[in-house]
Amino acid sequence: MKQLLILSGKGGTGKTTVSSAFIELSKCQAFADCDVDAPNLHFVVTQMPESEKTDYYGFQKAVIDESKCIKCGLCEKTCRFDAIKDNMVGLYECEGCSVCAEICPVQAITMTDHASGSMMLYQNKDTVFSTAQLNMGSGAPGKLVAEVKKRLTNAATTAKMAIIDGSPGIGCPVIASISGVDMVLIVAEPTISGIHDMKRIIDTAKHFGVSCAVCINKFDVNEDNTKEIERYCNNLKIPVIGRIPFDKTVIGAVNKCQSIACYPDSPAGKAITLIWDNLYYNYLKGGGGNAGTN
Amino acid sequence: MKIAVLSGKGGTGKTFISTNLACIADKATYVDCDVEEPNGHLFLKPEITKRIPISVLVPHVDESRCTACRKCVDFCKYNVLALAGDKLMIFYEICHSCGGCTLFCPQKALTEKEREVGVIEEGVSENVAVLTGLLNTGEVSGVPIIKHLMEKMPKHETVVIDCPPGSACVVMESIREADFCILVAEPTSFGVHNLTMIYELVTLFNIPFGVVINKVLPGENPAQKFCAEHKINILTQIPFDEELGRLNSKGHIVVDESKKYRKLFQELLKTVEGEVAK
Amino acid sequence: MKVVVPVESKSLETPVCPSFGRTPLFVLFDTENKKHEFLNNEAAASQGGAGIKAAQTLVDSGAAALITYRCGENAAQVLNAANIKMYKAQDGTAGENISKFIDGKLSLLTETHPGFHNHGGAKG
Repeated sequence: MKQLLILSGKGGTGKTTVSSAFIELSKCQAFADCDVDAPNLHFVVTQMPESEKTDYYGFQKAVIDESKCIKCGLCEKTCRFDAIKDNMVGLYECEGCSVCAEICPVQAITMTDHASGSMMLYQNKDTVFSTAQLNMGSGAPGKLVAEVKKRLTNAATTAKMAIIDGSPGIGCPVIASISGVDMVLIVAEPTISGIHDMKRIIDTAKHFGVSCAVCINKFDVNEDNTKEIERYCNNLKIPVIGRIPFDKTVIGAVNKCQSIACYPDSPAGKAITLIWDNLYYNYLKGGGGNAGTN
Repeated sequence: MKIAVLSGKGGTGKTFISTNLACIADKATYVDCDVEEPNGHLFLKPEITKRIPISVLVPHVDESRCTACRKCVDFCKYNVLALAGDKLMIFYEICHSCGGCTLFCPQKALTEKEREVGVIEEGVSENVAVLTGLLNTGEVSGVPIIKHLMEKMPKHETVVIDCPPGSACVVMESIREADFCILVAEPTSFGVHNLTMIYELVTLFNIPFGVVINKVLPGENPAQKFCAEHKINILTQIPFDEELGRLNSKGHIVVDESKKYRKLFQELLKTVEGEVAK
Repeated sequence: MKVVVPVESKSLETPVCPSFGRTPLFVLFDTENKKHEFLNNEAAASQGGAGIKAAQTLVDSGAAALITYRCGENAAQVLNAANIKMYKAQDGTAGENISKFIDGKLSLLTETHPGFHNHGGAKG
């Protein structure tokens, strides 16, 4: 199963707008939302049956048994994450290292499983959609992202291609989502911030040796910046596979829980359709992406 | 007064609001906690006065003392240590710096050393002192850098904290010291969903807050509806403005260029000061 | 000698698992007495460093060779330090791959990918 991942670096450039359109246009049977901190894809994909929801267990958390605790304060002093105050463990601060449990002179501390999010799998006879939501304040989303993808590949046994909506940034969840994908499409926006962040995500993707391509969303907001993005990508031999104009139709579509692909005659709809065709026929269909890597 | 600016969803306007708010105040410090993708410095263009490398502690082995007893390998919850061919291997990039392996080595063969994960840049841009955190690419967590930023913040002045998007641990770290939180939302269904998350977060932390709805277009405004339903104070609503989008795309500070926005941000600051005084 | 293959269920007739670090199980096959056993991969539940922990499991099992589709840099360093040779898996079941290994028909795995949490590379 080929895997296409949509990333951006900067938030708000249009990853979900683009991925939901691709999913609609390709009639793809396997897709996932790896933005586990703020998942949005489920709002704009075709209605699917109720999801099967499962707890996600991240780090274990330390629990202090008050009946055994002698209030010596050694755990509080030793904890590197400031997670213990007045002999109580802060669930949001605890990173599950278990130093406190090991060091407690009376074994009053145990490490216990703690649900730090939920995983959802929507499935009907042809299609699988895997997503998750990390609880607020939680850390280490990488494993949850890996789980979302694993559940997708396990369930989507007949799909030939998977489209994955990624998260903003360059850290742990992004790195985890890059694992095993055939191609990354970076949705860039022609703003100073957008260009700055695009460079960092390109760096990250190249670091992991995965094929990259770029498309420029809201390109007409600043055509000088758009040209700068194209120059930058050309220098790195990263294909710029299309430009999408700023189009208020997108907002209307989102608010109606629809993908922009439902408005194929709108300026954005037309542009995204062209981009999908380009991406699919020139990069995904054949031997797999060959674009923009060292 | 420490004001944290956050949004569940990316691209709603946190940096736009925090940079302009910092500029409109007589004197303020702008702190960029979005250490994976800091943008404030692109607008403020500070003159950098100091670069401070930020390090975390990772274990280092003295092979002459190591007896390959495996206590550290078996203890580490992050799989940083491995023993192969009687040699201890340490993968310090995934180390969480808990100190456990070093603490519990029966032979005292492990000591901790510093490893750089990012940097803090201190600078000045006219009336704004700028603190920018930057995480090195490939590193997993910005939390250590944000913790240092929180320590460096001036204690008794106006500080505007530009937070990372989302509501994960990096956001929590960024708002811990805040006296007031500005929640920035877009008037779309995505925007409201993500607003819900940060609303829960600030409520949990018991920090006074208000909402700014940005890029408002005529027609439906789900964010306004949400605020009404939850009796949340809307500090101001900023209409969608193509000219603003263009200025923003070029990296301009709008309060320096537009009387209209100067007034808007002056009023916003006054509103926030009023809320904090309550 | 003992050769190890990552699998998703307890059978030699299942395909080789595409992941090394997060495979649920390993099958450990003794080429001398033709016996095999299954090892749980505790690394599958890890937050991070799954490849390293999986490699440690292999080191501890006494395996001399691993057949896998891919392997991360960090895990590879551990396996190399323990002199465990890595062979590239081919399409087919674990059992078929083991037979090919015994017949000398598998080639060495030469490409490893950078760790998905870091720049890669252990330091002592």
